[in-house]
Amino acid sequence: MSVLVFTGLVFATSVLAGLLGALTGLGGGVVIVPVLALLFKVDLRYAIGASLVSVIATSSGAAVAYVREGLSNIRIGMFLEIATTLGALLGAYLTAKISSHWIAIVFGAVLLFSAFASFRKRSEVASNAPVSPLAGKLELDGSYPGLDGEESYSAQRIPLGFGIMFGAGTLSGLLGIGSGAVKVLAMDQAMRLPFKVSTTTSNFMIGVTAAASAGIYLARGYIDPGIAMPVMLGVLAGSLIGTRILVRARAETLKILFAVVIVALGCEMIYSGYTGRI
Amino acid sequence: MPHTHPGPTDKQIDLSVAAMLRFGVTLAACFVLAGGLLSLRYPGRALPDYAHFHSAGASLNTISGIFTGAYHLNPFNIIQLGLLVLIATPVARVVLCVIGFARQRDRIYISISLMVLVILLYSLIKAGR
Repeated sequence: MSVLVFTGLVFATSVLAGLLGALTGLGGGVVIVPVLALLFKVDLRYAIGASLVSVIATSSGAAVAYVREGLSNIRIGMFLEIATTLGALLGAYLTAKISSHWIAIVFGAVLLFSAFASFRKRSEVASNAPVSPLAGKLELDGSYPGLDGEESYSAQRIPLGFGIMFGAGTLSGLLGIGSGAVKVLAMDQAMRLPFKVSTTTSNFMIGVTAAASAGIYLARGYIDPGIAMPVMLGVLAGSLIGTRILVRARAETLKILFAVVIVALGCEMIYSGYTGRI
Repeated sequence: MPHTHPGPTDKQIDLSVAAMLRFGVTLAACFVLAGGLLSLRYPGRALPDYAHFHSAGASLNTISGIFTGAYHLNPFNIIQLGLLVLIATPVARVVLCVIGFARQRDRIYISISLMVLVILLYSLIKAGR
């Protein structure tokens, strides 16, 4: 395969991944690594490096759209970023220690989780639990436009959310993904924050988390310009097109389709890791 | 429970941050695209061996090496420079938040955002050598 053909194919795949990721809300980065590793036979470390870069691009690129909605909470995001960035440092450290077989298996498990998590019921019910003192002190609260006017919310179970966020950061640094599914889980399930607040705040956090492991990846040579270039440009272009043409009705069918692809890739990653092919 | 802070509102901080992020991503994409097009000048070139990991060396792995190569218009260094700009956007975001919280005189969040900044800089210093 010549450089031109390889670059073109990787670019086209990345556009598709970014597009589907934005349309379904599952994120494009999560399929880039298995596709590069399984289809293009790229070493897992190069695949993870290229994916991490594309994760930063989509997070920063989509920020304007998310901020306009006015739902993200910068204080909750910043507070939890302590956990995700520390986790990301640990994850980036672990990628050099753990064999690629195990990384592939963990990756497969995360893919399966992401696919199932995307069909989880969205809890929009405002909880009437008393405000935790820590949430008051750290101002982990706010209000958002709900169905019947402004609805206020306040974070619950903060240590649990913080702990899950540390795990999300570790997975991000270990696998070169945004791990948005785990971040949303920490906020809307553990901390009982409204789903929309969780997803938009998560988008902002993904870029900062990824940046924490990017420096380490760069120093280790995981970020190869020849692979990162088509992946970054492709995923960015795809996700920007995706956010523009977001059509809700079709998104549901697409989501099922994309989830099937993710499940298939997840199984293949686990199998490849288990048999030692990755 | 509305909290009152002097200075800009959270939404105003958010908006200025988002505008900066968009600028950073656009700039990064331009560098990556320019370097990419330059690198494809010899499209028939055989594909490097990506199936096996081998470190590219200091010129592409360190901040100083990337800048030196980009100055000499090496296509791969221009791509890496774009990726460095991209990696810097979330860092700049945290810096803007530190400034925003400082204008709001919110001591707790000045320390929290500074803590995140230190963690990010630690990672980048690793790449600086």
